[in-house]
Amino acid sequence: MGSELSQNSVTEAKIFHSAYRTGVAILTKAYRFSVVTNIEDQKIWRLPDVPGLQTSGLSCWTVISQDRQTKLVLASGRNIYVLDSDSCTSVTVPGLDPDISSYLHMSASFNYKYLALYTNTGCIWMGTSNLKEKLGEFDCKFHAPPKQMVWCRRPRSQQPSVVLMWDSLLLVAGKSNESIQYPYDELYLVPELDGVRIIGSKSHEFLHEVPATCEEIFKIASMAPGALLLEAHKEYKKESQKADEYLREIKDQNLLPTAVEQCIEAAGFEYEPETQKMLLRAASFGKSFLSNFSPERFVTMCRELRVLNAVRDYTVGMPLTYVQFRQLTVQVLIDRLVFRRLYPLAIEICKHLKIREFQGVSHVLKHWACFKVQQKEPDEDIAHAINQKLGDTAGISYSEIAAKAYECGRPELAIMLLDFEPQSGEQVPLLLKMKRGQLALNKAIESGDTDLVYTVVMYLKNEMNRRDFFLTLRKHPVALSLYRQFCKHQEQDTLKDLYNQEDDHQELANFYVQESYQEAKVEVRVAELQKAVDEYSKARNEFAAKATEEQIKLLKFQRKLQDETDKPYVDRSLHDTVYSLLLEGSHRHAEQLYKDFKIPDKRYWWLKISALAEKNDWEELEKFSKSKKSPIGYLAFVEVCVKHQNKYEAKKYVSKVTPELKVKAHLLVGEVEQAADIAIERKNENDLNLVLSRCNQSTDRSLVERLNKARSGANKK
Amino acid sequence: MAAHLSYGRVNLNVLREAARKELREFLDRCAGSKEHEVEKMFTLKPGSLPPADVKNIIFFVRPKLEIMDIIAGNVKSEVKQRSHRDFHILFVPRRSLLCEQRLEEQGVLGSFINIDQYILDLIPYDGDLLSMESESAFRECYLENDQTSLYHAAKGLMTLQALYGTIPQIYGKGECARHVANMMLRMKREFAGSQNQILPVFDTLLLLDRNVDLLTPLATQLTYEGLIDEIYGITNGYAKLPPEKFIQKKQGEGGKDLPTEPKKLQLNSAEELYAEIRDKNFNAVGAVLSKKAKIISAAFEERHNAKTVGEIKQFVSQLPHMQAARSSLANHTSIAELIKDITKFATYLNYGLSRIVASEAFFDNLTVEQEFMTGVDTDKVNTYIEDCIAQKDPLIKILRLVCMQSVCNNGLKQKVLDYYKREILQTYGYEHILTLNNLEKAGLLKLQTNARNNYPTIRKTLKLWMDDVNEQNPNDISYVYSGYAPLSVRLAQILVRPGWRSIEEVLKMLPGPHFEERQQLPSGLHKKRENRTTLIFFLGGVTYAEIAALRFLSQVEEGGTEYIIASTKLINGTSWIKSLMDKLEAPPF
Repeated sequence: MGSELSQNSVTEAKIFHSAYRTGVAILTKAYRFSVVTNIEDQKIWRLPDVPGLQTSGLSCWTVISQDRQTKLVLASGRNIYVLDSDSCTSVTVPGLDPDISSYLHMSASFNYKYLALYTNTGCIWMGTSNLKEKLGEFDCKFHAPPKQMVWCRRPRSQQPSVVLMWDSLLLVAGKSNESIQYPYDELYLVPELDGVRIIGSKSHEFLHEVPATCEEIFKIASMAPGALLLEAHKEYKKESQKADEYLREIKDQNLLPTAVEQCIEAAGFEYEPETQKMLLRAASFGKSFLSNFSPERFVTMCRELRVLNAVRDYTVGMPLTYVQFRQLTVQVLIDRLVFRRLYPLAIEICKHLKIREFQGVSHVLKHWACFKVQQKEPDEDIAHAINQKLGDTAGISYSEIAAKAYECGRPELAIMLLDFEPQSGEQVPLLLKMKRGQLALNKAIESGDTDLVYTVVMYLKNEMNRRDFFLTLRKHPVALSLYRQFCKHQEQDTLKDLYNQEDDHQELANFYVQESYQEAKVEVRVAELQKAVDEYSKARNEFAAKATEEQIKLLKFQRKLQDETDKPYVDRSLHDTVYSLLLEGSHRHAEQLYKDFKIPDKRYWWLKISALAEKNDWEELEKFSKSKKSPIGYLAFVEVCVKHQNKYEAKKYVSKVTPELKVKAHLLVGEVEQAADIAIERKNENDLNLVLSRCNQSTDRSLVERLNKARSGANKK
Repeated sequence: MAAHLSYGRVNLNVLREAARKELREFLDRCAGSKEHEVEKMFTLKPGSLPPADVKNIIFFVRPKLEIMDIIAGNVKSEVKQRSHRDFHILFVPRRSLLCEQRLEEQGVLGSFINIDQYILDLIPYDGDLLSMESESAFRECYLENDQTSLYHAAKGLMTLQALYGTIPQIYGKGECARHVANMMLRMKREFAGSQNQILPVFDTLLLLDRNVDLLTPLATQLTYEGLIDEIYGITNGYAKLPPEKFIQKKQGEGGKDLPTEPKKLQLNSAEELYAEIRDKNFNAVGAVLSKKAKIISAAFEERHNAKTVGEIKQFVSQLPHMQAARSSLANHTSIAELIKDITKFATYLNYGLSRIVASEAFFDNLTVEQEFMTGVDTDKVNTYIEDCIAQKDPLIKILRLVCMQSVCNNGLKQKVLDYYKREILQTYGYEHILTLNNLEKAGLLKLQTNARNNYPTIRKTLKLWMDDVNEQNPNDISYVYSGYAPLSVRLAQILVRPGWRSIEEVLKMLPGPHFEERQQLPSGLHKKRENRTTLIFFLGGVTYAEIAALRFLSQVEEGGTEYIIASTKLINGTSWIKSLMDKLEAPPF
C-alpha cells in the first residue's frame, strides 16, 4: 500500500459501507489520512494534510460516504474540518454554543445523510452531514464522553434520534427535551438501516422508532382505520354485534382499503408471530368486505413473514427486520443462508417463495455440491451423493461443480461429475483444462456444436504429435470430416497425408485431379493426372481410371495440335475439340478423335451436321447425308438447316424423314398445307393439334375446317 | 410491415419480432446510442470499402472463411488510409472459431471492437414458411459429413419452441432427421431449467431428410410459383424477369423505350392475387386470371354508376385497392405469358423458331421425366438424353434427367451408368468428373446392385403416380407435378392418416431410420383441439411444388391438419444440382 503507510504506523482505521462497496479510511501516526474507497480494487488515495493537527491533536473523526464521494469529518479542538480528496475545509457548525472548546464524539447516520456531534459540555448536536443544517440539540449534561453514540432512525422518518451509551446507561436523545434512559451493563451498539442493535453479553435486542402505522393502530383510543378494523375483528371473534358497528364506521368513511393495508403493513413491523397473526387476520377479515382489493400484498406479506420468522429462530439466528429484509432482497438472504451452510432451510425458502429454480433451488444445490466436493469422502460416494440430490434439477451446472472439484485437486471426481452434465458443450472447456483432450472431443461431438468440435480438434492438433492426432481423428469420423473441411481451405498438404493415412484412394485420386487443375503447364498436369489414374485403379474405380487416361490422351493430343496450329485447344472438352476441328475443316483430325475416343456414331453425326450447318457448307452436308444411313434420322438435318435460316436446304431432307415425324418436318420448313395433308391422312390427334396450333388468321379457312373435322374423327376413334 | 406473416394459424411475426429485437440490441452495443441509423448498406466486396460518412462499420456475414479474407482486405485498406472507423462483426447465425482464427492470421482480429453472433436460424418467408437459407446444407450433410447446419436447425427448432411452446410429438425419417431429433432432445434436457409454460402451438414436428426423397426436386415443378422458380429462379422472395412484357401500355405515349434492366418482383402471399394462384397448376392459372380481369374491369365500370357525391366518395375510397389489384393482375398476366411461351408448343406460332424449340424442348423433357416416374424403360440408355447431350444442352438439365432415371430405377446398370458418365465427360469436359463423383456419393447416381429395383413398389404403395389428375380442381397432391405426387408430401399425408405403421415395408426401403419421440409437456398445457398443426422440416431443402402440395393438404377439410413448412433452403432441381457441383478451372495456359 501507499508509502505513507509503510513509513508511519496506522493508529486508527474506520470501515465504511455503501450499497455498492466497502471502503477503509486510515489514520497514521503522523496525522495523515488515506482512503481506500473500494476494497475490491485496492486503490489508495492520500488525503490532503490538515493544518495544525499535529499541535492541537485530533479528538474524533468519521467517514461520510455519499454518491460515490468519500469525505472525512474531523474535530480538532474547537475546529471542525471537512476533508475530501483535494481539499481541507474548516466549517462552522450552525446553531452551536460558541463556548464549546472541544468535541468528544461524532457519528454519521447509516445512510451518511446525518451527523451527530457530542461536545465537551455534554451537548448533542444533530444535523445534516454537510453541516449546513441543524435538526436538533439535546443537552444531557454529562461531561464524560459516551462510549458509543449511534443514530437510530428508520428510512424516511422525520425524527432525528441518537442513542448514546455509557458504562451503565443507554440514553435515547431526540428533538424533545426529554430523553429515554435505560440502565444497562456491558453492551455494544450496532447501528442499522432502521434502528440500533444492542448486543449484550447475554442478550440481543433491537431498538427502533415505533413505525407510524403501528403507532396509529396500537395507540390507546386510536380512531385510525387500522385500529378500528383490528377492534372490529376482535368483536367479531367474540361474536359481538359491535363488530358490525366498527366496520360500518370504517366503511362509511370509505377507509376499509386503508384499514386493511395498515394492518398488513403493521404485521410486517411486528416481531411476535402472535401479533403478526392478529393483524393479518384482521386484514383478512376486512378484505372479505372488499371486492376489488388485490390479494397480492396480503399473500406476499404472509409468505415473507413466514420466511422471516423462520430465519429469526434462535437456531438460525438472523433477527432481520422486515425493512432490512426488503432492502437486502431474498437473493442475498439465500446467499447468506448458503454461506452458513443452511442448505435445507434455503431450499425450503426458495420453494416457499416460488423463486425460479435457476436463481433458487438450483443455485443452493450448486453451492451445496461445491461444498460437498471438499469433504473427505471417497470420490464415488460424493459423486453419487451429488447426483442423487441434484438429479436432473433444472439449471444445474455440473461443470461448475466439477471445476470446483478440480480446483480442490480432485480431477477424478471432476470427471465423474462432468459425466452428469447435460450440456456437453459446457464440459469441454474444463476437460481441455484438465488435459483430457480425447474425452473433450467425445463431448464436443455429442453436443453437435461443430464449432466446439473444431475448438477441440485445434487443441489436439497442437498438443499431440501428428501420428497420434491422425489416429485420434480416425476414431471420430465427425471430427475427421470437419478437419478435412478445414484442410481443404487451409492445409492442402495435410489433406493428402490424411487420405494416405486412411488408404482412401478414391479421395486421393480426386485430390490429384484437383491438383492438376491448379497447374498451368500441360506436362505437370499430365503428371498429376497420372497419379490420379494410379489411385483410381487402386480404388478399383475402373471407369474413372479409364476416363482419366483418356483425358491424358486428349490433353497430349490437344497440346500437339496447339503447337501445330497455334490455336487454343487445351481445356476444351473432347466434344468441343471435335466441333472446332470440323468447323475449321480439319476432318482428318476430327475423324481420328472420333475413332480414338470411340465417340458414339449418333453424337458424331450430330456434331458433324451441326458444324457443317454452322459454316454453311451445304454441299458437304448433303454429301454426308448420303454417305450412309443416318443413325439420327433426317429430322435432325431439317432442324440444323432451319436453325441456320436455310429453309431451301432444309426442304431437301423433308422427304427422307420418317412418316411419324414428317408433320413436324413440314411445319419446320413452313409448309403448313403439306403438314395438314399428312396429318389428316394419318388421322393422328397429336399431329392434328400440332398443325392446328400453327394455323392463324391468314391460313385458309377450308384447311382449318378439314383439320377440325379430321380431329373430331380421330377423337371418336 | 409484414402482415402476411400473421395470417396463418401460427403467427410467425412473433419470431420475426424476436429476431428484430435481438438485432437492435446488437446495434445498440455497436453505436452506443439508442438510434440505430443505418447510413448505408453495402454488399461485401474485395478491395476497399466504399466512401461513407460513418463512424461504425458493421460486417454482417455468414461464418465462411472466404468471407473472412474479403473482410481482412477491407479492414487493411482502411488502416492504410488511416481512417478512424470502428469495426464490428456480426456472424449469422453463430460465431466461428475458425473464422476468428483466420482474421487473427490476417492480423486484423484486433481491429474489431465487437465480435458477436446474431442467432437467426430460421427466417420467416411467408405466413407458413421458414427457411434457414443455408444453400450448402445438403452438400455439407451428405457429401462432407459436416453437420453444422443440422446443429443450427436444432437450435432454430429450440428457438421456435421457446416462442411457440414445446412440440409434444416428433416424427422423423432419415439419418439427419434422427440427428436433429437427438440434438433437440438433448438440448431440451440442457435447458430443463426454464420449463416452457406456453401452450403448444404445434402438435407435431415431422423431420424429413432430403435424401429420403431424391426424386421430387429433380422433377420439373408445374405449379405457377414452381415454374417461375424453375425458369427464372426465386431468390430471397424475389424473381428477376425479362422486362419486355412489363412495358406499361399507356395511351398517348409514343415512346417505345425498351427497358433493359430485368424486372424485379417480390413474390409472397401479401399479394392477394399471387396468394390465390401461386400454388395452382399452371394450366389452371389462365382461367383465374381472366376471371379476375373481368371482375376488376367491372369494378372500374362502376364509376359510371356512381351518381351522388356519396357514391363517388365510396368509389374513390376503393380506388387504391382496385389499382393495386389491377397492377398485380397485369404483372401476373405478363409472367403467365412468359411462362406459356416456354412451356406450350401451341398458340405461339408467331414468335419465331427459338421459342418453338424452347417450348418443344420443355415438352419433350417433361415427357421423359414422366416416363421415368412411371417406370417406362428406366433400365436402358434414353435416346432423348442421348440427343440432348449430342446437342450439348445445358449440363444441369442432363444431370437432372440422368439422376432421375437412376433414382427411378434404384440405380443404373454398370453399362448404362458408364455410358452416361462417359458421354458427359466427353461432351462437357473431364473436369466434371468430381461432380459425377459427388452425385454418386449423394446417392443421386448409383450403380444398381443385385437388389431388385424397389421403385415400382414404392410408387405403387405410396400412389406416387396418379393417372386421373385434375389440374383445375385438384383432389390430390399429384396435381403439382401433373401426375406425380411428391414422395415427401405423401409421407406427411400418410403420417396423419392412416399412420406410418401402414407403410412399414416401404419406409424400410427408403434410406435412414424412421422414428417417433414424445416430449413431456408441463401439466395443464395439454390441449384437445380438433385442428392440428404440424411443423414439417425438410433437411436439405424443399421445392415450391412440395410447399404447394402441403398447402393443398392444409386446405383439404377432411385432413384437419395445417402445415407450417421449414427448410434448410428453398431449392429447385437446378439450384440443388448446382450446389453439388465442383467446378474445376485450369489457370490460363
